[in-house]
Amino acid sequence: MTELNFEKHFQDKVDAEIKIEPKDWMPDAYRKTLIRQISQHAHSEVVGMLPEGNWISRAPSLRRKLILLAKIQDEAGHGLYLYSAAETLGISREELVEQLLSGKAKYSSIFNYPTLTWADIGAIGWLVDGAAIMNQVMLTRASYGPYARAMVRICKEESFHQRQGYEIMLTLAKGSAAQQHMAQDALNRWWWPSLMMFGPKDDDSAHSQQSMKWKIKRKSNDELRQQFVDVTVQQAEVLGLAIPDPDLKWNEERGHYDFGEINWDEFWNVVKGNGPCNKQRLDARIKAHEDGAWVREAAMAYAEKKEQRKLMESAKAEAA
Amino acid sequence: MKNWPLWEVFIRSKSGLHHKHVGSLHAADAEMAIENARDVYTRRNEGVSIWVVESKHITASDPDDSDPLFEPAKDKVYRHPTFYDLPDEVKYM
Repeated sequence: MTELNFEKHFQDKVDAEIKIEPKDWMPDAYRKTLIRQISQHAHSEVVGMLPEGNWISRAPSLRRKLILLAKIQDEAGHGLYLYSAAETLGISREELVEQLLSGKAKYSSIFNYPTLTWADIGAIGWLVDGAAIMNQVMLTRASYGPYARAMVRICKEESFHQRQGYEIMLTLAKGSAAQQHMAQDALNRWWWPSLMMFGPKDDDSAHSQQSMKWKIKRKSNDELRQQFVDVTVQQAEVLGLAIPDPDLKWNEERGHYDFGEINWDEFWNVVKGNGPCNKQRLDARIKAHEDGAWVREAAMAYAEKKEQRKLMESAKAEAA
Repeated sequence: MKNWPLWEVFIRSKSGLHHKHVGSLHAADAEMAIENARDVYTRRNEGVSIWVVESKHITASDPDDSDPLFEPAKDKVYRHPTFYDLPDEVKYM
């Protein structure tokens, strides 16, 4: 088969909804796009632990603390599922980590915002995980098998994350005036960055169209963003909180909510590394990686020593 | 430094069922692979038993050869019960 035939065969499979598996032929650009997207996703899970980790020791009750710990442990797990999926494409874990630590690879910009109050933990679960779920549910049908399977696993676990966040918001929204204020303040700060999570507008999205053709994505950034706004408005109403957008209005004709213009300058600025916490997040990852080096080395040395000893013992047994 | 090798993880979700491949992870040795698999793949009671095997020990069929490899089974419809016509009177077969 010529390269062109390979490409056609590949696209036919994708069109016929046959999953692409690691050893199947795939266009280089498909492989690269997947490595970029899956690793970016993995890095987001890992860096996403940092803003929440800030509140483990400050959680208001033991119940909340246990839940937050479990959620953060899930995020670590999600990062691992995704790194494994990326590795099936022929990139090593070390390269992936190196790309994150050197700043070459991106992660979701949302995690470059600080968690200033306990209500932020509620808002993150409700909005940030809510937005992530929109995206991830779509990705359970991605054309690349290992990515889709990792997503199924992640989606099963993610729903608890959103509910625990919403429950925190509910509790605060029904609490004292100060608690209500805290909840509203968190919504004010997290609303717009959450909408930005879906990425640039369709017209400005460099990779979108090709990714749709390859069925890595099945919905555009704008479609997903609209879907998120449509379901979230009612959830805010139940909380009795106001979404900080004067242009937010039900559009009878479209059957969707209209909403205001996102501050794209802010979006690109944070993507480029100038968000409130970009440096802090990366520094924390680098420190964790460096501080953990001796543990990784010691574990490997111990495993090798054990292996050696086993070999020697079996040699001795054979000789006897 | 040598990096931790990759392991494939298989989980039996409940007794009586097969172990099923669930994913992979890195670990220094088999013992650590089991412990990590417990934390990564069974946080919600997904398993009663775990197998791990170093990925390098798995031999896989080549997808490019899958046509000839699986060809022999394709023209043997008589291996399926539906191939056989039975009179309507025959029940329970």
